[in-house]
Amino acid sequence: MTEYNFAYLDEQTKRMIRRAILKGLAIPGYQVPFASREMPMPYGWGTGGVQVSAAVLTPSDTFKVIDQGADDTTNAVSIRTFFQRTAGVATTTATSDATVIQTRHRIPEEPLHEGQILVYQVPIPEPLRFLEPRESETRKMHSLEEYGLMHVKLYEDISRHGHIATSYAYPVKVEGRYVMDPSPIPKFDNAKLGDMAAIQLFGAGREQRIYALPPYTQVVSLDFEDHPFEASKADHLCGMCGANDSYLDELIIDDLGGRMFVCSDTDYCEARQAAGHKGKDAA
Amino acid sequence: MQANTLSGGFADPATQSAHAFRSVMEAMARPGTIQDIHGAAPPAPLSPAMGAVLLTLCDTETPVYLAGDMDCDAARAWLAFHTGAPFVGPAQCMFAVGKWDALTPLEVYPIGTSEYPDRSATLIVECSELASGATLTGPGIKETATLSLPELEAFQANRTLFPLGLDFIFTCGGRLAALPRSAEVSRSSSQARAQAGAS
Repeated sequence: MTEYNFAYLDEQTKRMIRRAILKGLAIPGYQVPFASREMPMPYGWGTGGVQVSAAVLTPSDTFKVIDQGADDTTNAVSIRTFFQRTAGVATTTATSDATVIQTRHRIPEEPLHEGQILVYQVPIPEPLRFLEPRESETRKMHSLEEYGLMHVKLYEDISRHGHIATSYAYPVKVEGRYVMDPSPIPKFDNAKLGDMAAIQLFGAGREQRIYALPPYTQVVSLDFEDHPFEASKADHLCGMCGANDSYLDELIIDDLGGRMFVCSDTDYCEARQAAGHKGKDAA
Repeated sequence: MQANTLSGGFADPATQSAHAFRSVMEAMARPGTIQDIHGAAPPAPLSPAMGAVLLTLCDTETPVYLAGDMDCDAARAWLAFHTGAPFVGPAQCMFAVGKWDALTPLEVYPIGTSEYPDRSATLIVECSELASGATLTGPGIKETATLSLPELEAFQANRTLFPLGLDFIFTCGGRLAALPRSAEVSRSSSQARAQAGAS
């Protein structure tokens, strides 16, 4: 604790990030540039999320980190330990007990409540980047609300596959204005983005962008009248807890093509198992 | 130099500014909610809430405009010592500090550009009260919220600039509320009745 400033970052950096967060909240879905710092982990490991978390954490917070829904993967464990050491915050794996949740690529299954903050790690914040590589151009497209190219991309999906095949990082429109990349969450989670009670903050470290969704913001997944948006998941029950409403990971369990489906949200699955729910693969 | 220039800052800047920021962020994310904010004891005419907001958000990179009565030696010296923020006119500021009458008209403040709408001023307005009042809708508000505002027209005009525009933090003693540019402001039904009765 004494070796570092509270929550690792120096105060001037935190002020800069905090100012960006406030502008992000005032302009939902707009990507605010910020002076991203080198963090003691490589870009791509959640440096954007870590910097946002460092700027919002207080000593009285309870912190949870999930990586693809799991509390126990390397990325989640190391970031949780990082803030345990540098900010002295309490940590938890229970979604409802956490006040700040940093996430990579999932939204918890359990609905979040007011007073919670969800911090996303974002690799590529610009939804138009793979369609137009020049930042100067994408910035102009956002300023002119010129999002036709994104609809062309979704249309090409339909012409090639018969349906919109984009299954993660599915683009959304925020409050009828900015098209936003919700980070690579499965499109199953897109339905939870809008009207959420918690504050959602997005940090992209390498790309140096912060954006935000205030609570109860209108978020609409882009689609077509004849091809409406569909939040899809594997059509199975969780093998461990039997849940039919949670997003599932597919696991290969032997060399003979055997597989099972389990909840990607470990806390949700464990809580259900503790409550006596049992799937077909549970021991 | 006054003795109170050197005092009144955060005793424990890292944790006190973290708590203060959470108050400001909650206020900005949930327009109409009134938050407590602690830790600063600036000299008059700066209020404790205003002082805490400035300590939390301002430093040498943020030009500050002091409007009207706020532009006095005591406030300048305190802010210069504790934040190092440069003092500028309204057209160059990132933060403007003052009472509503001194801050208006709003046309002079930077509202951002269409490519960088975040490059806009935040106005920190000291109010005589924070209570319910005008009806607010928009991001951060479940159905409707309510907040006492110094007037309506200026905020309605500001909303039409979206995504450009100004953001507001209202302070009163040790409390604050906020109004981002995204909020729609209208007369509350009780205010409308009062005006109908008066005319």
